[in-house]
Amino acid sequence: MNNLLRGWLNLPPQASTYARSLDLLHYFVIASTMVGATFVFLLALYFLTRYHRQRPYELTSRVKTGVPIEFAIIGGLQVLFLVFWVIGATQYQHVMNAPPGAMQVYVTAKQWMWKFSYPDGSASMDVLTVPLGKPIKLVMTSRDVIHSFYVPAFRAKHDVVPGRYYTIWFTANTPGLFNIECAEYCGVDHSRMLGLVQVLSDEDYRRWLDGRPVATEEGLAGASARGGGDLAERGREVASRRGCFNCHTLDGQPHVGPSWAGLYMSSVRLTDGRTVVADEAYLTRSMMDPQADVVAGYKGVMPTYRGALEEPEVAALVEFIKTLQNTPFAPSMQLPKVVPETQGQPQEPKP
Amino acid sequence: MAEQVVEHFEDMEKQAHAARLGMWIFLASEVLFFSGLFALYTTYRTEHPHGFGVAVEHNTLAWGSINTGVLLVSSYTVALGVHELRRGRQRTSALLVGVTIFLGACFLGIKTGEYLKHFGEGIYPGGVGDFYREHGEPGTKMFFTLYYCMTGLHAVHVFAGMCVLGFLLWKIVRREIGEWAPHPLAIGAVYWHLVDVIWIFLWPLFYLIPGGSVR
Amino acid sequence: MTTIDVGVIPIPHGRGGVRRETYLNIAHTVKSWALTTDHKRIGILYLVTTIMTLGLGGAFALILRTEHLTPQMTFLDAYTYNRMFTMHGIVMVWLFMIPSIPTAFGNFVLPIMLGAKDVAFPRLNLLSYYIYLAGVVWVLVALWMGGCDTGWTFYTPYSAHSPSAVVPTVLGIFILGWSTIITGVNFIVTTHTMRVKGMGWFRMPLFVWNLYAVSIIQVLATPVLAISLAIVGLDHWFDWGLFDPARGGDPVLYQHLFWFYSHPAVYIMILPAMGVIAEVVCTFSHKNPSSYKAIAYSALGIAFVGFLTWGHHMFVAGMSQFDAAAFGVLSMLVAIFSAIKVFTWVLTMRKGSVVLRTPLVYFFAFLFLFVFGGMTGVAVATESLDIHWHDTYFIVAHFHFIMVGGTLTGWLAGLHYWFPKMTGRMYNERWGITGATLVFAGFFLTFFPQFLLGNAGMPRRYYYYNPVYQPLHVVSTVGSWLLGAAMLMTLGYLLVALFAGPRASANPWDSRSYEWYTPSPPPKHNFTKEPVFALDPYDYTVPFPGVGDEADGSLARDPGGAANG
Repeated sequence: MNNLLRGWLNLPPQASTYARSLDLLHYFVIASTMVGATFVFLLALYFLTRYHRQRPYELTSRVKTGVPIEFAIIGGLQVLFLVFWVIGATQYQHVMNAPPGAMQVYVTAKQWMWKFSYPDGSASMDVLTVPLGKPIKLVMTSRDVIHSFYVPAFRAKHDVVPGRYYTIWFTANTPGLFNIECAEYCGVDHSRMLGLVQVLSDEDYRRWLDGRPVATEEGLAGASARGGGDLAERGREVASRRGCFNCHTLDGQPHVGPSWAGLYMSSVRLTDGRTVVADEAYLTRSMMDPQADVVAGYKGVMPTYRGALEEPEVAALVEFIKTLQNTPFAPSMQLPKVVPETQGQPQEPKP
Repeated sequence: MAEQVVEHFEDMEKQAHAARLGMWIFLASEVLFFSGLFALYTTYRTEHPHGFGVAVEHNTLAWGSINTGVLLVSSYTVALGVHELRRGRQRTSALLVGVTIFLGACFLGIKTGEYLKHFGEGIYPGGVGDFYREHGEPGTKMFFTLYYCMTGLHAVHVFAGMCVLGFLLWKIVRREIGEWAPHPLAIGAVYWHLVDVIWIFLWPLFYLIPGGSVR
Repeated sequence: MTTIDVGVIPIPHGRGGVRRETYLNIAHTVKSWALTTDHKRIGILYLVTTIMTLGLGGAFALILRTEHLTPQMTFLDAYTYNRMFTMHGIVMVWLFMIPSIPTAFGNFVLPIMLGAKDVAFPRLNLLSYYIYLAGVVWVLVALWMGGCDTGWTFYTPYSAHSPSAVVPTVLGIFILGWSTIITGVNFIVTTHTMRVKGMGWFRMPLFVWNLYAVSIIQVLATPVLAISLAIVGLDHWFDWGLFDPARGGDPVLYQHLFWFYSHPAVYIMILPAMGVIAEVVCTFSHKNPSSYKAIAYSALGIAFVGFLTWGHHMFVAGMSQFDAAAFGVLSMLVAIFSAIKVFTWVLTMRKGSVVLRTPLVYFFAFLFLFVFGGMTGVAVATESLDIHWHDTYFIVAHFHFIMVGGTLTGWLAGLHYWFPKMTGRMYNERWGITGATLVFAGFFLTFFPQFLLGNAGMPRRYYYYNPVYQPLHVVSTVGSWLLGAAMLMTLGYLLVALFAGPRASANPWDSRSYEWYTPSPPPKHNFTKEPVFALDPYDYTVPFPGVGDEADGSLARDPGGAANG
């Protein structure tokens, strides 16, 4: 029944522990109000036909609704609305107050990306990795304007405001990937301020923490949880910091630019018809002179990082991309294939 | 030409009543116009009591209080002017209205002097200015931005009130309003009283209330 | 039953007769229109201007919907799209919806309904029109300068930093606000002081009650908007940082100020439509309202309680549980007042003599859309559910159901209902009913899918969207084209009626409300002698006074016309 109604109402999966009870209230509210509305409308239609004018200028008698009926209607509606309110307020309290001992993740929103900092000091961008079945408390602030952190599948949302910290929490009950959307207009790329919550089962989460790539069903190359370390790790951190993930994904999903999954040593078709191999030279040239080899199907909008990246950073990035060579191509998130315009985009994403 | 009953009113009394009612409703909207800024002040003072306290000390209490006195006296003179007009004393009434306008100008003059003094100390709105190098608390910056905003808006209304009274003074002098129809001046005076009352609230907020402890 | 003397100048019919003087033909110069203090002419000026602003806002809507045929760029870039949805909202809310019914129909019929010759302050009335016009022009200037992209809500800090034309836009809205306030003052004073002798408050037509309640909201709420937008302007132009956390500011405080106005604003938009509906239901049911006092008091109730509910726009903006609960329960309460009105209207038809004409068809459209939309309002007032729905297409659908399905439908009902009174002509009923049906169908197709989009989690103000949402978007877009076509069709047949429609009598609907006691169109001063309304405005127990009065023919029955069943 739950799933039937959920399907009819086009609701996302109930991927958090409180999503189901919120949806049950949803069904109750919508069903009872729609039944009431239908009744009112049908009553009006009935009166239209039953009391249709028989003759022109027909007169009527003065009929007033009895006060008891008025009070019954008003009273009944009031009771119904108060029931909605009581349940809603109780659920709201539950959703807005994290249980004690929840794992805390810091969230920083800025135009137009999400940054996550984990308790062990590591960080990630746009992808929030959490363990299954454990309460997670998000402590959120913004670097610039008001954003809103929204995970439809969890039924969780809260505004993210500069100068303040707000918290929400959830416990994910299903492994998988769930969309994060920004739900407060924040500028030109508001609709591209997307992310993912990656919910991992216990074992997968442990592996993710250890830094090894995770072979999940979705085939997402696990982002290493540890900062520092070897060069490839460094490369990941550089990529995060320099905003590479604005345009390049790690799971095979084409975005503004090609995905890095399976890129190294693959055959790449370019816009001018040539086909080249994506070796170290190609990767380095892409960063220094991006217009030289533009991949077919993409616009040449990548900025150059000549002078912006130091040599060790370039090397680190290349090493990182090499580690993604065998990542299975399995885009599970429906990111729009973005084709940005070259007209005056007034605000570049701040790196 | 002299104030006449306009076509759609039955008599002068009804017309006067309608005009008075209209003015009072308009005043309600003026009060709400300022209330947004008072809401900002209240919220920000609660959030930054220390910063506000530091800032209050840099406003000159003497000038603020003199200005309060100036406006209070001006309210008295205009009320007296209405009284005189109702008793047919056209010239006295005109004189009193003129004094009121003059006092309004004094108020604006003193305000201008205060602003210039602040600029001299490097206190500009928006947290701009050298003053904030030593007094850079967010609350202090907000205090002065609100100060310029609210007293500035008030000054605009003082000026508008002076224009209204000036227009009415002209009508008194030309005998277009008088004993038979004193209500235009009464209504203009009510507007002036509102301008005064708003200042009565601004004065303690920006000159009198000391700061609180740091939260 | 005494004969009603409305002092109409008797003019014989037939060839060679002197044409009856009306407010329209009394003077034809541009100056006589530009400097008019006649409330009826001012109403027409407003009507024409608001129709144009509706067209502008509607054009934006069609462009936005067409852009959404595909999940990525169809023909607009993101920055243009963002500015266009903002300007669509601004034009619709402030240039059309808020003025539409009060300034066009309110101005026209309010004094007549009270038996007065004009409003309390006719010159102020004209001034309010010119201020409105100045505001419209200024918003057009802002458009020409590129428009604003902050959304009609101007949330800070983004609005203080947006690269778009924020300051000209807020200045235009600021100017428009003063027009609204002046109109409100005028209507309140008129209602208090200009009722004809013998007309107590509970003898007034119900439209007046709703206009009165609206005017109270306008006068009290609009100044708060004015100051909120002024501060946004100061922050943007001078960087005063009044909402900048680094300088002691609080961005959420802006939301409180803005919504303190904007929630009552939605009642400004719906109450006049409810007033039209009350008139239409009684006239076309030929019956007294099932509870006059319920409609009158609920209007005041909505006006009052509407000021206490603004926080329901901020359930996820950082609110304590207590505040959320308080705003939640108050929002439920205000819905009760609307429910009272709905039941009163529907029960009015019981034991009436109901005839389906275009205005009543619009009533049925209103009933369906407003009630369903209003119920979704109760749903989103439920705090825990709003977490999911806030800032998604569910909210967009909800408020369009109320604004378009409610206010626009009410406006269309009023437009048809008072068309004969204002123009002296009758529109074609078959076109009218067809138009109403197509408007309803187009509207429903456009906005119903958006509830489903919102449920799925699609946020509002999104340029790009997840491709799985495309089918729903396509349905919505096709619906919007149908709605646009239906509106154009409506404009078309009304223009035809204006120039070539059959002449209308004084009371083609056989209503009892007081505006029908004057000829269609009315003479300049509405009544040449002070009117005496012996009946209350909803007394259908006796025939309309003047039936059978052939004094000048203009009060005669409408031969074979609309009053027939």
